[in-house]
Amino acid sequence: MIWNETIECASREEMRRIQSERLVETVQRIYHSVPTYRHKMQEAGLTPSDIRGIDDLSRLPFTTKQDLRDSYPFGMFTVPMSEIVRVHASSGTTGKPTVVGYTRKDLNTWAEVVTRTLVMAGVHRNDIVQVAYGYGLFTGGLGMHYGTENLGATVIPISGGNTQKQIQLMQDLGSTVIACTPSYALHLAEVIKDMGLSGDDLKLRIGIFGAEPWSENMRREIESKLKLRAIDIYGLSEVIGPGVSCECEFQCGMHVNEDHFVPEIIDPETLLPVAPGERGELVFTTITKEGIPLIRYRTRDLTRLDYTKCSCGRTLVRMEKCTGRSDDMLIIRGVNVFPSQIESVLLDMSETEPHYLLIVEREGNLDTLKLMVEVQEQFFSDEIKALEALRRKITHNIQSTLGVSVEVKLVEPRTIERTAGKAKRVIDNRKI
Amino acid sequence: MIVRQVSVFLENKTGRLNEVAKILGEAGVNISAFSIADTSDFGVLRMIVPDPGKAVEVLRASYFSVQTTPVVLVTSPNQPGSLARLLSILSTENIFIEYIYAFSMNEDSAVIVIRPSDIEGCVGVLDRYREELGVGPGGFQV
Repeated sequence: MIWNETIECASREEMRRIQSERLVETVQRIYHSVPTYRHKMQEAGLTPSDIRGIDDLSRLPFTTKQDLRDSYPFGMFTVPMSEIVRVHASSGTTGKPTVVGYTRKDLNTWAEVVTRTLVMAGVHRNDIVQVAYGYGLFTGGLGMHYGTENLGATVIPISGGNTQKQIQLMQDLGSTVIACTPSYALHLAEVIKDMGLSGDDLKLRIGIFGAEPWSENMRREIESKLKLRAIDIYGLSEVIGPGVSCECEFQCGMHVNEDHFVPEIIDPETLLPVAPGERGELVFTTITKEGIPLIRYRTRDLTRLDYTKCSCGRTLVRMEKCTGRSDDMLIIRGVNVFPSQIESVLLDMSETEPHYLLIVEREGNLDTLKLMVEVQEQFFSDEIKALEALRRKITHNIQSTLGVSVEVKLVEPRTIERTAGKAKRVIDNRKI
Repeated sequence: MIVRQVSVFLENKTGRLNEVAKILGEAGVNISAFSIADTSDFGVLRMIVPDPGKAVEVLRASYFSVQTTPVVLVTSPNQPGSLARLLSILSTENIFIEYIYAFSMNEDSAVIVIRPSDIEGCVGVLDRYREELGVGPGGFQV
């Protein structure tokens, strides 16, 4: 089934016509209501009338996460706060989160695109959807929730964690769809096995997994253990949240809801568009959002686009699974982690340049963070209890900034390898 | 008497203490006494050396985190019960001990290293009770 066949199967000409019309309207709106955009366009020598259609998209300046940080909290909102009915936020690199706002129309758009993705995945209104993404500032939980309700399926809004209860409800309520991070899906599979159960004891048939990178190997493992079809979903809160793109049942790339979010691929070095089909950095322009429209937002995710028609019948462009990042961001259990966040926490505590090494492991199926911090003399105390207190304080400050747990280990000075004078900050040992 | 004890941060792994001993040995610094406080991950090596300044210098040059801490050194009769007498007086006088270690000099006397939370207070108490305890001012030559 296809939720919105007119759009999802539209011809390329029709899609470009829709995109052109909406882009022109968006550029008019943001130019007059957001100083950041107006200044950037003026610097590029552009006025709104220069943007006459989707072919002019690449003339517009980029927007970065830094722009959102600089305008914290509401500087890039296009409408007055009286029009904003909800905010979400993602973790920031300097302690301040990135805040996004939604008008009522934005929430309707979001529900629509999530519903489309659920239907792409094969979900129908008779399904019971267990939403095990976190509910709250993170967009995962509430985004999936309203899309599921919009479809008319049943939502179990259990949120993240509490694995035993997740499994109990799967059994008792007969959940047929699970939405969570892929690493949590593997963790669920382990616990199900520990409880003496198997995928066959559950009614799950579809899993919608996103918010972190995962591989085809993980897909096969999840599918065989949980006895379901594992579907990859993509989204980021800046653009809207989950529902930006999603795989269909053919699992051959994620269909982008491009009548709302126009994708481009650029070379992260030259910032020029790559040749069709080439891999590069994914950039999104939102062309229907009211609360916080984004022009050429650099996602830092690396992927490529495929405009050929899919076996499912949809013509929506497909993006490949993201293969990496063009910055140093790590995704740990669905949470974005920048090494610079750790640096600023340590800097606040010591006032000198901290030396640290972040080690990411996948233990069982959950990502763990281990942080090694060199005990410089300004940290060092002769008393064990003071050192233990230091370790606890670092742990606490890092955890409250990152939102993920971390194991801190104090190490001797100069034990963390320096390469060409600069310390190596991250070792990622995960085999994804 | 009050002396500067040298403390070194050590990771809890093979060869680290050896490294410190080697560096001090090569620099001609004798270790008169030492103790290690450890946790599962790391430890603190505390040493009494004749020349704390030199020990700190050579260890820092090898990138160890080093600190000196004032501690109280007392010589006490090397016989059963003398430590108990010392501790009960300190406790009666509300002198809290962060850590303590000791070693025998010979058959007659032992040296006790005390890190009290209140250094001056501890020295004052020891002075007042000197005769009762039979303690010396720390006449041991480091």
